[in-house]
Amino acid sequence: MAFEGLDFEEALVALRKEIAAARSSPDSDPDHLQRLVDQHDALARELFSRLTAWQVTQVARHANRPYTLDYISMLFEDFSEIHGDRSFGDDPALVCGTALFRGQPVVVIGHQKGRDMKQRIYRNFGQPKPEGYRKALRVMKMAEKFARPIICLIDTPGAYPGIDAEERGQAEAIARNLREMSAMRVPIVVVVTGEGGSGGALAIGVGDRVMILQNAIYSVISPEGCAAILWKDARMAETAAEKLGLTASKLLALGLVDAVLPEPPGGAHADPQAAAETVGASIAKSLSELQRLTPAKLLDQRYEKFRRMGVFTLAAES
Amino acid sequence: MDWSKKRTPLQAPDKKGVPEGLWVRCNNCREALFRKQVVENMNCCPKCQYHFRLTAKERIEMLLDDGVFEEYDADLTPADPLNFTDLKPYASRLKAAYASTGLREAFITSRGTMGGIPVVLGVMEYNFIGGSMGSVVGEKVTRAIEMSLTEKIPLILISCSGGARMMEGALSLMQMAKISAALARLHAEAIPYISVLTDPTTGGVTASFAMLGDLNIAEPKALIGFAGPRVIEQTIRKKLPDGFQRSEFLLEHGMLDALVPRPQMREYLIRSLRWFRPTESKV
Repeated sequence: MAFEGLDFEEALVALRKEIAAARSSPDSDPDHLQRLVDQHDALARELFSRLTAWQVTQVARHANRPYTLDYISMLFEDFSEIHGDRSFGDDPALVCGTALFRGQPVVVIGHQKGRDMKQRIYRNFGQPKPEGYRKALRVMKMAEKFARPIICLIDTPGAYPGIDAEERGQAEAIARNLREMSAMRVPIVVVVTGEGGSGGALAIGVGDRVMILQNAIYSVISPEGCAAILWKDARMAETAAEKLGLTASKLLALGLVDAVLPEPPGGAHADPQAAAETVGASIAKSLSELQRLTPAKLLDQRYEKFRRMGVFTLAAES
Repeated sequence: MDWSKKRTPLQAPDKKGVPEGLWVRCNNCREALFRKQVVENMNCCPKCQYHFRLTAKERIEMLLDDGVFEEYDADLTPADPLNFTDLKPYASRLKAAYASTGLREAFITSRGTMGGIPVVLGVMEYNFIGGSMGSVVGEKVTRAIEMSLTEKIPLILISCSGGARMMEGALSLMQMAKISAALARLHAEAIPYISVLTDPTTGGVTASFAMLGDLNIAEPKALIGFAGPRVIEQTIRKKLPDGFQRSEFLLEHGMLDALVPRPQMREYLIRSLRWFRPTESKV
């Protein structure tokens, strides 16, 4: 069978197969299993400690990476999906619904990619259209009305660049979400779980806490798009990824995210359950901090957080 | 006439402003025009009404009473937080932009009056790295909004931009959130904001403040969109229909409130400002 994964993780995937085989075998030696696990984790830590920005981009886009619906099934109970923007249509690339998070009623909103080709096409590769953003906004408004926190999971290559999306006002839909989210009177917790693709990501990303998984990315433009425009050569994507500063640690250093969430050895796809536990714990901690604040204080803090973003100087002769 | 065509200076295809010289050629109808006539018609072609691109300063002088204004935040200067280099270093692109525009960034914040009504007028400068929005443009727009908010003066923002500035990475992206949050406050206080979209307005500028006006109006035939036409063509692998993403297309799809030709722009804005002006309270 052909290897399915990224070049640099081939050895890890082989070890994970061995571990799985050892686990399922009734007469396997527990010491041997532990040695395999230790070997995997050590190698994973070693490899993942020196990933390039381009390799991180590939991990963020990994076909086996947990998606929004995976996180929903691992972290939420009683999820009921809410479809449609009540104006034009539904958008399967952006999933919304009511749910319980550790017993507490919340709404959860997230981009959804597909696993196989049929699903990918159905989900439009996780690229929402205006109706997706408008659906998300109406669900957030409902959360505000009933004083329920909003949890957003970001994982999109970007808002869909197509004729129909333009006709229905992709830009207006994104812009409106940015403005409305900034004034939402309930806590908003955002986790970038995979790809944070530009405005299409930010349109559900104006939160009181914005956290990012260790191997997720958040960028103003895809490395490929940036390379095509600035280098006039899409093959320069690797270089562009390096320059764009799209990795979690860089974003934290620039003050654009509040926290980086560690992933299990080998990345979130190596152990989705462990990744979900980290995400769940961070959401719970954020909510307990934010729910202590009055709505006025919450809004002030949210405003100040985004207000500070940006790096510039005062005139000096250049 | 042949002789006039020969004397018409040819302009670089990417320059859309009115070129120097006694005669100019219209970018649209290719007519040779007497420069003075074009300038008197607010830099629009007297034959076909093609709108030549304006610099931010020309735009401000054209709109405010007597062309008089005070500029704010002119000293805000871009940094190079990512130490970005593509085919050229960002630092040298910035230097070239300072030199060619005399500005420190792609946005001028001005204050003056229109028809006697005080306004904060912010205008983007396309000649400064394609009017792209990095940290400084984001900061200047936000400060302009905050000035409107504190002084309770209507806000007019004129967009002309390729979108977020890639050379500042996600810092540029987050300016969209910062500005939109400030606009939410303006919205809550019912201070009027008129957004004027001009050719071109795309990407992160359209997807933030340009689409958030109480009124969103545009000049005719301006390219306005979220994704650029080339990106869409590559995605759908089809040729785009004629007039796609032009102001007229957006008007037809309900995305703009009005198309306002430049010669009528000042009058339109003054009429709107009067409509928005608070009614005198009777003591």
